[in-house]
Amino acid sequence: MDTKTASRPSRNGHHADGDPFAAAARSARAQAEEEDATASSARGWVDRIVGAVAGTVRSRVPVADLDERDPDFIRETLPAQWLLASLWFRGEVRGLGNVPEEGPVLLVGNHSGGNMSPDTLVFTLAFSTYFGVERRFHQLAHNLVLSMPGLGFLRKYGVVAASPENADRALSSGAALLVYPGGDHEVHRPSWERNQVNFDGRRGFVRLALEHGVPIVPVVSIGGQETALFLTRGEGLARTLMLDKLLRLKVLPVSIAVPWGLNFGDALGHIPLPAKITVEVLPAIDLEEQFGPEPDVDEVYDHVTRTMQETLDALAAERRLPIIG
Amino acid sequence: MRVQAGIDVAAPPGLIWDFVTDPTRYLHFMNGITRWEVTTEQDRGLGARYRTLMRVGSAEVGGLVEIVECEEPRDLAWTSVTGIDQRGRWRLRERAGGARTRVELRLQYGVAGSGILGWIAEQVAAPAVRENLRRSLQELRRQAEHEQARAAAAARRAAARGA
Repeated sequence: MDTKTASRPSRNGHHADGDPFAAAARSARAQAEEEDATASSARGWVDRIVGAVAGTVRSRVPVADLDERDPDFIRETLPAQWLLASLWFRGEVRGLGNVPEEGPVLLVGNHSGGNMSPDTLVFTLAFSTYFGVERRFHQLAHNLVLSMPGLGFLRKYGVVAASPENADRALSSGAALLVYPGGDHEVHRPSWERNQVNFDGRRGFVRLALEHGVPIVPVVSIGGQETALFLTRGEGLARTLMLDKLLRLKVLPVSIAVPWGLNFGDALGHIPLPAKITVEVLPAIDLEEQFGPEPDVDEVYDHVTRTMQETLDALAAERRLPIIG
Repeated sequence: MRVQAGIDVAAPPGLIWDFVTDPTRYLHFMNGITRWEVTTEQDRGLGARYRTLMRVGSAEVGGLVEIVECEEPRDLAWTSVTGIDQRGRWRLRERAGGARTRVELRLQYGVAGSGILGWIAEQVAAPAVRENLRRSLQELRRQAEHEQARAAAAARRAAARGA
């Protein structure tokens, strides 16, 4: 491009001074600067548009109000959840006795099933019936979930937008808090990676537990990734479309799901296949007791993910057939 | 929804009463019960409270219950304080001049305000709950009759030693 630009004025002879090469070089520099300015201006516009869209999305994300959790609503909807969990997913939750009877606790789960994650349904039902709807229980969810029209009712179940501030507030209030560190990265992993715990190196949950001095209770589930055929996370596509900046989405998953067939993004959800969901709650990990007065974040992270992976391997070994369980 | 089950046991009502009023025995003879834990200082009788759970389908359901009726050795009833709405009753009636007992276990359960889906859930859960009650009574009979037989044998041995 630069070579062509430099040779053109010389051929056309439009030069005021006697050195055609120097004039051509000046002209080329001027044109390059102009192009840079244009490109920079375009980038500015794109940034502004991205910023505006991201701002709009952020403004739709409700500010966490822990008081929006409604025990009466949860109680009244338990039968409907029970029907879905028992008949469709044949849910089975083991080891709830490992959750401390009272006080704040950080429940750390592996996440499966795309945007219609059934492990959350099965576990929250079991938790609510086991400890009673009176026990404060919050779940962190992606901003987009809470800002989608029609999903506002989730806040009545104690769902709050995933942010360090909301997690702090929930634990400070003495609640049990369920987090999925793997988030969108893990929940949209391909189906052939269904028996892998993949937190993508996200260690925030360890720091959160350390800051609040609360135990970590790993919650391992299997079956969710069999509710559709998940093909790819579509991370490259998400980056190209700037979804990470616009919507805090690092993935644009592609799956084959009912009723859409080929399903891009899973924004409208899908009808999950009736895969058997099994959840195992592991013994609570008291970080100071197990790792000393100043636990190393990486060591705790490795311990938690390794323990969860071992449990997931054992659950996978129990499973005879996909979906059927 | 109300479900119930009944059984005849070859043991006097007093012996059955000891079983149904003792919270430590529930996990041993009640089928599907995963928790029956005393939460009050008083462990039995009117006003005693227990945290109870029964596995039904994909969840353990129950809650805090309180003994609201206690007429020895005939009726023991409880009602829920928290958790799902429930009322339960043991009904023991003497048969064959006190040598046998007719035992009935009744359970009413539901969730007020849960609408049509709540009604459907109650119907769907009923066979499993009924089966739990039926098996519980069978186990109660087995344990009570075993204890009655041991008591009778001990009495015979004592009588033989006395003679």
